[in-house]
Amino acid sequence: MMITQPVARPDGGVKVTGRARYAADYFAPDLLYAVLVTAPAPAGRVTSIMVDDALAEEGVVRVLTHEDMPKFGRFASPRAEPDTQTQHAEGPPAAQSFMPMQNDEIRHEGQPLAIVLGETLEAAEAGARRVSLRYEFAEPELPAPPEWTAIDKAAVVPRESGFLFLEPTFTKGEVDRGLSNAAAMVEAVYLQPSRHHNAMEPSATLAEWNDGELTLHDATQHVYGVRQVVAARMNVPAEKVRVISRHTGGGFGGKGWIWPHQVLAAAAARIMQRPVRLALSRANAYSCLGYQPRMAQKIVLAADKSGKLTAVQQDVVNLTTVTDDFVEFATEASKGLYATPAMRLSQRVERANVAMPTALRAPVEGPGTWALESAMDELAHRLGIDPLDLRLINHADTDPATGQPWSSKKLREAYEEGARLFGWRERPRKPQRDGDWLIGYGMATCSMGCFRHPTPAAEVRLHRDSTVLIRTGTQDIGTGTLTIFPQIAADVLGLPMERIELEMGDTQLPEAGPTYGSSSTMGVGAAVLAAAEDARSQFARLANLPPDEVEMQDGHIRRKGAAGGQTIADVMSHTDIGEIIGSGSFDPAQHGKGLAMRTFGAIFMEVGVDPGLGLLRLRRAVGSYSAGRIVNPRTARSQMTGGIIWGWGMAAMEQSRHEPVLGRFLSKNLSGVAIPVNADIPGDIIIHFVDEVDEHASPIGGKGIGELGATGVAAAVANAVFDATGKRIRELPITPEKLL
Amino acid sequence: MDFHDRHLLRLRVNGEDHSLSDLDPRVTLLDLLRERLHLTGTKKGCNFGECGACTVHLDGRRVNACMILAVSAEGREVTTIEGLADGDALHPVQQAFIDHDGFQCGFCTPGQVMSAAALIEEGHTGSDAEIREWMSGNLCRCSAYPQIVEAVRAAAGRASQ
Repeated sequence: MMITQPVARPDGGVKVTGRARYAADYFAPDLLYAVLVTAPAPAGRVTSIMVDDALAEEGVVRVLTHEDMPKFGRFASPRAEPDTQTQHAEGPPAAQSFMPMQNDEIRHEGQPLAIVLGETLEAAEAGARRVSLRYEFAEPELPAPPEWTAIDKAAVVPRESGFLFLEPTFTKGEVDRGLSNAAAMVEAVYLQPSRHHNAMEPSATLAEWNDGELTLHDATQHVYGVRQVVAARMNVPAEKVRVISRHTGGGFGGKGWIWPHQVLAAAAARIMQRPVRLALSRANAYSCLGYQPRMAQKIVLAADKSGKLTAVQQDVVNLTTVTDDFVEFATEASKGLYATPAMRLSQRVERANVAMPTALRAPVEGPGTWALESAMDELAHRLGIDPLDLRLINHADTDPATGQPWSSKKLREAYEEGARLFGWRERPRKPQRDGDWLIGYGMATCSMGCFRHPTPAAEVRLHRDSTVLIRTGTQDIGTGTLTIFPQIAADVLGLPMERIELEMGDTQLPEAGPTYGSSSTMGVGAAVLAAAEDARSQFARLANLPPDEVEMQDGHIRRKGAAGGQTIADVMSHTDIGEIIGSGSFDPAQHGKGLAMRTFGAIFMEVGVDPGLGLLRLRRAVGSYSAGRIVNPRTARSQMTGGIIWGWGMAAMEQSRHEPVLGRFLSKNLSGVAIPVNADIPGDIIIHFVDEVDEHASPIGGKGIGELGATGVAAAVANAVFDATGKRIRELPITPEKLL
Repeated sequence: MDFHDRHLLRLRVNGEDHSLSDLDPRVTLLDLLRERLHLTGTKKGCNFGECGACTVHLDGRRVNACMILAVSAEGREVTTIEGLADGDALHPVQQAFIDHDGFQCGFCTPGQVMSAAALIEEGHTGSDAEIREWMSGNLCRCSAYPQIVEAVRAAAGRASQ
């Protein structure tokens, strides 16, 4: 049995030797290097682009401006109303409806205005510095000052578009009665800044046209999405576009949807009739891609004397760009975490001349748990109830929003086992000190919705020589799919891991959807399972055995429970078949109908605060999770520690500040934007999974874990800071000036 | 200085001598490795010495290849991630990264491995805290930091502290 075993990653060999190839590692004959010239201010129009100096630079071949660009086609999101003709019908997988370089308009700082193409990177970069632009600046819409009154005033109801996944408001029960009957109440505003993905690989695209067919090597979390959007923008049939992405150097949502640069690379290559590589600079990655928007959340929690919630109110406002309303549905946390008779939730947006936000690990419940789990801690202290007990008192036995039963939920076990591993019940209740450090303990609930994308497909080929090839058009972003898909096939076909090869990251493979939303194990994993079972059934028929009564083990097929059996080579040698091709897919509509699905967990943290210097340090953490069956505990552990460290970054350091004059990002580099480094992270992070199988979410029995670990953490940190210092911090990140 | 002068550059990369005529003096060691020699294992994460993804050994010492002009490497010896293993036998650091799950997406991994190999040589692996400090020039956004420390400690041949 390979499933549930801590198998080492088969991609280790190529990744530790530098042989793994990412988008910018590809070449093509006659390659041109592309460098972007971008807008220095957030609003207005460009009145002239002078290119003579750039063209005088040796090796610069061409400077493309909006006058050279084709008119890009519109992308109709599958999520939007099919008959609507407004641009707001656009939506995912396109990251935004706005395409730059279509006219002279400037809508955000960093927006591409020209593309310099050079025979070498040095030439193109030098050329880009010598392009002169003249502008007519306009008064920009600026982000409101970061406080509730201003943000509330600027907020508007989001427009209908492909980005509006859910209704922007939700009510249940009688909120006003719940509020007036309360014995204790918390009303507070929680703020968080914009922050970027900062994947180590800046996005890059190599575009090459041959006889009207386009091949893209791309850094992406969704090869088929790139194909759909680029084909639509370039006005060519999707079949004419092939997208290849063997390895992507970190996504975290930043490479999930399709951004303008991918289209611009394709357009430049078609104009030049030469292959073009556009590798974004680190600075480009702050304005040409998305980020988690600045958010303000006002929460009201009301409870009776026993701690039972009587009403929950959550009003969320997130920043968005002027052209599209990205909505960060933090209210999903209130809808999913605690039993309450009444709730009133709203989502609004605040539009400004800033780049378009997008999903970031963890979206939705990431921001949602920051606010809700901070407020729950405040409520616990007001009531004099242990924070863990308050969560147990309000445990949701069914889905709080819909009343539906859960597909599976072992949150009580996760709380209990996590608390035991951490020593929560035994923690010191009096203020603790370790030298200059004040010590504090905090906890929070973690939870994430289940995104099950329709309908990933896979193919499993069983060869005469007892080797297997899995083919599926999903992509490697490091989450562990390269390990767990072979594990799944190995179990069905009774072969060792080293006999199994996996091909991913190509639109010539069966369509398998995006690698985001913690969806791959449930969805693509189930497709691989179905394809392997199909291959086994076909093989059983070849062996003259009833498909439902066979098992495959150690390279043999036999009736279940029987001894011996026939080898794969034996069976195949009696036929002229060289390989068996099994296919499978996963249709979420066929699984778990009428059930609510979530993953759950609890995070316990110990922090140190130096009140003299305002320093905050993570000392240890325990994450305990209820997420269904864990296919590979080794890769899963890395997913969870990674998520917790993302949460630590959100809590303690990460922000992309908008400067107040023009709303531009203050720093567009990794020295001005702090993200966790090795020295920030202690070794004492314990990951625990509750023993669980969720048979309804997916035939794999597992659910998604890529984002779960990053939820709850920011609140747990702030709660621990409160425990250590008595200071309630409601604005992230918790930087020294807030602790002094 | 006229940037349009062209230079002859001789250097040794992974034990192999290279002679490049007509070299643009603006070319960094990183772009030389990636775009001229097609040694793409060394990654460009920031191009400003902030992330460590381009870490290589220059005469045995760790450098960020994006911060070195190629012409200044005249006559010097460069080891990249492609040259670290001994044929098919992985360097102990490479094996340790696999054994301890010290990576996810793998993009920062070549730089992490090159830094780790050098700091073991330099004797900066005396404690986990020392490893963490000395590995902090190499960012990992997948955040495999605890596993990286385990891998470096194992490769340095120390027991867990």
